Amino acid sequence: MSVLVVIEPSAGIINKGGFELATFGKETAALSATKCITLVLGNASNAGELGIYGIDEVLTIDIPTYDSVVYAKTIAEASKKLDASIVILKHNANGKAAAGRIAIKLNAGLVSAVNAVPVLNGAVLQVKRGVYSGKASATYAISSSIKVITVLGNSIKPNATGNALPVSELDLPKVTSTLELIDRKTMSGRAPLPEADLVVSGGRGFKGPENWDILLELADTLGATTACSRPVADADWRPHHEHVGQTGVAIRPNLYIAIGISGAIQHLAGVNSSKTIVVINKDPEAPFFKAADYGIVGDLFEVVPKLTAAIKKLKHE
Amino acid sequence: MKTLVCISKTPDTTSKISFVDSGKNFNTDGISFIMNPYDEWYALVRAVELKEKVGGTVTAINVGDASNDLVIRKALAIGADDAIRVNANAPSSYFVAKQIAEIAKKENYDLIFLGKETIDYNGAEVGAQLAELLDLPFFSFVNHLEVEGKTNILKREIEGGEETIKVTGPCVISAAKDLAQQRIPNMQGIMMSKRKPLTVVEPIAVEELVSLITHDLPAPKKGVTLVNADNVDELVRLLHEEAKVI
Repeated sequence: MSVLVVIEPSAGIINKGGFELATFGKETAALSATKCITLVLGNASNAGELGIYGIDEVLTIDIPTYDSVVYAKTIAEASKKLDASIVILKHNANGKAAAGRIAIKLNAGLVSAVNAVPVLNGAVLQVKRGVYSGKASATYAISSSIKVITVLGNSIKPNATGNALPVSELDLPKVTSTLELIDRKTMSGRAPLPEADLVVSGGRGFKGPENWDILLELADTLGATTACSRPVADADWRPHHEHVGQTGVAIRPNLYIAIGISGAIQHLAGVNSSKTIVVINKDPEAPFFKAADYGIVGDLFEVVPKLTAAIKKLKHE
Repeated sequence: MKTLVCISKTPDTTSKISFVDSGKNFNTDGISFIMNPYDEWYALVRAVELKEKVGGTVTAINVGDASNDLVIRKALAIGADDAIRVNANAPSSYFVAKQIAEIAKKENYDLIFLGKETIDYNGAEVGAQLAELLDLPFFSFVNHLEVEGKTNILKREIEGGEETIKVTGPCVISAAKDLAQQRIPNMQGIMMSKRKPLTVVEPIAVEELVSLITHDLPAPKKGVTLVNADNVDELVRLLHEEAKVI
């Protein structure tokens, strides 16, 4: 028996999200004292470092991850070969597209967007996930002999407990893709929103795209990823991929700083799982203050530069 | 072109969420229901746009009880030609995928659309399971789709980027923002929707592998700590020493 963790490197590197998943897999395997095996899809220069997170074996196989047919066939075959009882994938575009297929192939129960290490109750795995866009959570029991789960980013802190391991290739029959990848664009620089630790977000209070410099400077000072509210994205002040909220990206960073955002219920639904929320708004009646941990009532054009300066001071101390 | 659009009914985005029966069931008291926005704004509208461009039919499918007929009629008003309702309260995404696959495998749909996720369960589980049951390619988070004969060129959102993919033949597409622009049904559409066929079929039996134990609501926030706008250093101190996030 084993727990199989599927890791997707990005641009040849396993990032923080991959090490989170390794720790998640390790702790899940510990529930039944089984082995935790990671399978890295493609080349990653730092694949051996997965061993640092207590993994028993690091395997790789190079497949076109955009093809859910190839992805699912590969993982299902790997699961059989490695005698996996629990298959863990990241809750991202490719993971979500493959998990349902894998579950059908293995006749496995599927729960997606799991946000905490499961509990094992006999042969039944109990898992927790957010529902109603983060306004509630639900606990499920998976009773099938094989279980498939996808795990949200920022659900666990990577926990270094061991040493780097040698990496070996997993030998499986090659599956051919019927798709043609024409182009792939990746944004470089800041961490993608779903896995960012720190997020600075702006709303209509900024009055226009030309005023974003002070937000960008605050984000750069913190090393944070930038986001925005829906009206801002709809007005094309900021790119659509920055839109967080119920119909945008749902995030759960350690720190979410909302500046000039009133806090409509649809916006809160996408950010209410953030560990700490700071709200800066000139309107003391803004509904966002009710969901905030810390708040400043004031003019953002004065407060934000002061906040950037104060953080710079802290970083120099 | 023959397309199938899977639609769900979800609580309105502004709904206050609570549960009854010791956390087992969603409290529907005072809740207004809508068509899941991703299904309506993007999946359904793109299917209707393609029909308007190249001809064909759009069928809407829903798994639910008779109370769902209202959102199904809205899909017909927006432009679906006919609709199928599988008469069952679905206990899981697996159940939904099985029911839709059962119907879809008897028809040769060129494209099957659904929203990228429902705004109640946020699972994004049905599309991949349905595609596997039908042995079709599946694309998550598609925000652009052009069809040329049997060839589909699509763009999909990936973490921190975007991919452009070419696929030939039928496939299942999960729709993200920007795949289409929301349409408000007009009076003619609403009148016509009442005469369009809505077929009700009974579900097939499905063995459930996952069961709900309970729902919980988050612990209430302890309340906001307000810091004076002239004392930003204090906010930084709190974030550093109390919240320990910077």
